[in-house]
Amino acid sequence: MSDTRYVARSTKVAARMVGDEMMIMSGRDSTLFALNGTAAVLWEAADGVTLLEDIVARRICATFDVEPAAAFRDAEELVEQLAGHGLMLLSDAPIVAGAESENSR
Amino acid sequence: MPVTKTVIATSEHVSTAIAIGGVTVRVHASDPGFLRMLEQRYEGFTGDWESSDYEFIIDLVTPGATVSADEGLRVRRDGGLWKLERGDFSAEWDPVSRSGHIRQSANPYSIDSVLRIVHTLILATNGGGFLLHAASAVRNGKAFFFAGVSGAGKTTISRLAPPDVRLLTDEISYVRKEAGGYYAYGTPFAGELAKVGENVKAPLAAVYLLAQGADNRIDDIPRAEAARALLRNVLFFAEDSELVHRVFHAACELVEHVPVRRLTFAPDARVWELIQ
Repeated sequence: MSDTRYVARSTKVAARMVGDEMMIMSGRDSTLFALNGTAAVLWEAADGVTLLEDIVARRICATFDVEPAAAFRDAEELVEQLAGHGLMLLSDAPIVAGAESENSR
Repeated sequence: MPVTKTVIATSEHVSTAIAIGGVTVRVHASDPGFLRMLEQRYEGFTGDWESSDYEFIIDLVTPGATVSADEGLRVRRDGGLWKLERGDFSAEWDPVSRSGHIRQSANPYSIDSVLRIVHTLILATNGGGFLLHAASAVRNGKAFFFAGVSGAGKTTISRLAPPDVRLLTDEISYVRKEAGGYYAYGTPFAGELAKVGENVKAPLAAVYLLAQGADNRIDDIPRAEAARALLRNVLFFAEDSELVHRVFHAACELVEHVPVRRLTFAPDARVWELIQ
């Protein structure tokens, strides 16, 4: 997996913090997803221009008591899953607004 | 209201109006007998035909497929029109002109489904409201929802209601966000009780997620769990991501303003001692 990976929230989903979970509804098939507090921090920080490793270092490790290497592995696994469901975009280059297409991942 | 006063004759069609959730839909058809059947089906929900909000012309066809559930249902936007299709009906509707056509046989079930779908679209478009798989009732001026899938106990708790309770529906509840908060409306969409609700509205005081157990009790649940449960029971059929998102936000927002709790019941009539 690449260490220089950018992540962005899909614009085709609806998301909202409810209680202590981030609720996300896919615009593709109306499937509902829920992220816990740690994953919600990553979700909020996924702006397309911040590297995933920077998000993990500055937002996850700075907030939660986690070991950086393990946190990065977990983050990579999470964004892969989210991308697989069409909720998140992954790229080796910064993701600009409007970059999302029907088939983007 | 006597049928003869609300079935209005025109040159080609007769019409009647059905008011649900404060929204009046006027339907026209060429068969007075069909309109009379609708008058009886929607007794208590027929409105003033001169002030209708939406109009549909029903083209009655020879009976074909009969479908009781929503399998095979498609609701999609085609240009500026909404297109609704199921084995037993097809309909198209222009939300700008607020008018449309329904093609179905002379049965009450198809128009019932079309009305439910149209109301889900209206509520989603306007924002803040939706239809929910739930029984609902008014007690002491406050409305309560009892949500759950088929078999959860919606009809059972409706049957157990004491005389001072006004039933809004035992199957599909209607909620709208208005200036003063969330309001529940009665609907004619009945479940096993086979009885239309009362056509009244009241402020929504609580949503109870039904569970069956050995005793009667109410438990708090985390807000996220409440939102998930509520979303599972929201009725929405359209293949339209923008409206899906609106319904999602409407349900989540309701959870932030209205208590959502789990109601476990035996079931026996004493459960209503908890609903005040």
